[in-house]
Amino acid sequence: MTSDGVAIVGVGMHRFGRTEGVSGRAQAVHAARTALADAGVTFADMQFGFGGSHSAGDADTLVSELGLTGLPFINVANGCATGGSALISATAAIRSGQHDIGIVIGFDKHPRGAFNTDPAEHGIGAWYGETGLMLTTQFFGLKIQRYLYEYGIKPDVLATIAEKAFRNGARNPMAWRRTPLSAAEIAAAPMISHPLTQYMYCSPAEGAVALVLCRADRAREYTDRPVFLRGAALRSRRYGSFEVFSPWLATERADAPTVEAATAVFDQAGIAPSEVDVAQIQDTEAGAELMHMAETGLCAHGEQEELIAAGATEIEGRLPINTDGGCIANGEPIGASGLRQVYENVLQLRGDAGEHQVPGRPRVGFTHVYGAPGISACTVLTC
Amino acid sequence: MRTVDDTLFTDTPDGVALLGSRCTRCFAHTFPRQSGCPRCTGDTMVDTPLARSGVLWSFTVQGFLPKPPYTGPEEFEPYGVGYVELPGQVIVEARLTENDPDALRIGMPMTLQLVPFRTDDDGEPVHTFAFAPQEAQ
Repeated sequence: MTSDGVAIVGVGMHRFGRTEGVSGRAQAVHAARTALADAGVTFADMQFGFGGSHSAGDADTLVSELGLTGLPFINVANGCATGGSALISATAAIRSGQHDIGIVIGFDKHPRGAFNTDPAEHGIGAWYGETGLMLTTQFFGLKIQRYLYEYGIKPDVLATIAEKAFRNGARNPMAWRRTPLSAAEIAAAPMISHPLTQYMYCSPAEGAVALVLCRADRAREYTDRPVFLRGAALRSRRYGSFEVFSPWLATERADAPTVEAATAVFDQAGIAPSEVDVAQIQDTEAGAELMHMAETGLCAHGEQEELIAAGATEIEGRLPINTDGGCIANGEPIGASGLRQVYENVLQLRGDAGEHQVPGRPRVGFTHVYGAPGISACTVLTC
Repeated sequence: MRTVDDTLFTDTPDGVALLGSRCTRCFAHTFPRQSGCPRCTGDTMVDTPLARSGVLWSFTVQGFLPKPPYTGPEEFEPYGVGYVELPGQVIVEARLTENDPDALRIGMPMTLQLVPFRTDDDGEPVHTFAFAPQEAQ
């Protein structure tokens, strides 16, 4: 590993789901202290911090609990890509030579039920929310309906994908949903937004993840099992892509931001999608996993049904996807969700994932988040 | 007639149409109106009425009562939502008059309607735009 690289030397997590009586900030502090202990350092050793939450407070106020050391702590707010953006910022701080070691923290605590978003925050008129069009759940129904039509994919695959998420969640002690559900039960659940049923969606949740990152050439001072962050990229939407909260779309089509973020991150890493041993990709609902498998370059559009039927995306398969149960089994605390994927890949590359460990010593991990208003962030990790 | 937002609409000889913008430089369209062009980054947009019919591009059915800022009736009935392609202009998102997914298919011809979606404090119906399958008319 070259000296300009970045390594992850400590990881910490507060369990996702619902933790009554524990604030989002307290969960963040728990994750941060766990990550610091994992790296064998203290908060006083941190030269910088980046972090964010969507609805649980400002990350920079965590210093009142973690220690008033005077470090520069910068808040990051990028919706579902908050964790990815914090990682990209940390990478730049280390690669530039400005700092040697620092921490990123993502956390959140959302009310129950679907998100209710104010159209004005997205530059959209009040009519859009008043008439019942401002719902992420609806967007995913519209998007997968079109996708299934374009690639001739049968909707049955959606229940199969969600079934895997619950099965993997049952093998992960940190997951929220740990009870397996059959594809038949998932398909028969109440219809939220045709063709997607209740159990095909993830739920807003709570949780926190923290990572300690340092210069790659110093990684072995902190751990004998460093994981290297080989690339991190964020992209926003192009004219012609089909994104959430769009009162209109262009009649010409363009690649999704996921395609561009994934391409950029594989280029940075000098690694091909075919070399990925384990992938965590955004599964806001089952259709998102289906679409993102191809948009990230992990397979071709239309190839997913066959791969899934053959078991390729299972933990023991050729292309294990969402090995910790993904968003469907873990819920989605917006600020923490992207970092949960990185946390899971670090466990997988260290060989520490226990019951849900991918066999055969995985060496290349890929993560992908997608969210409003049409952004995507990806990472490539190696050991 | 009361509407959810009068600036979304314009009168044409064929009836009420959605009011969008057209870029005078690259001819990209938007809905609703906006001053900057998302395609060529220019700022010479002009108002333009959008076509009143098109074809269904995608669809879903809203299956639960949305939280605020939704202002529709508390007594909830699932409603259809779709994207309708107005050829050469935009693919517009709208409520659909049809809420049975089995009665909807991508590619079917659709026409614009104004439909009541709630009642205001004076008991007057407030209208929004929706697209209806043409064969149902």
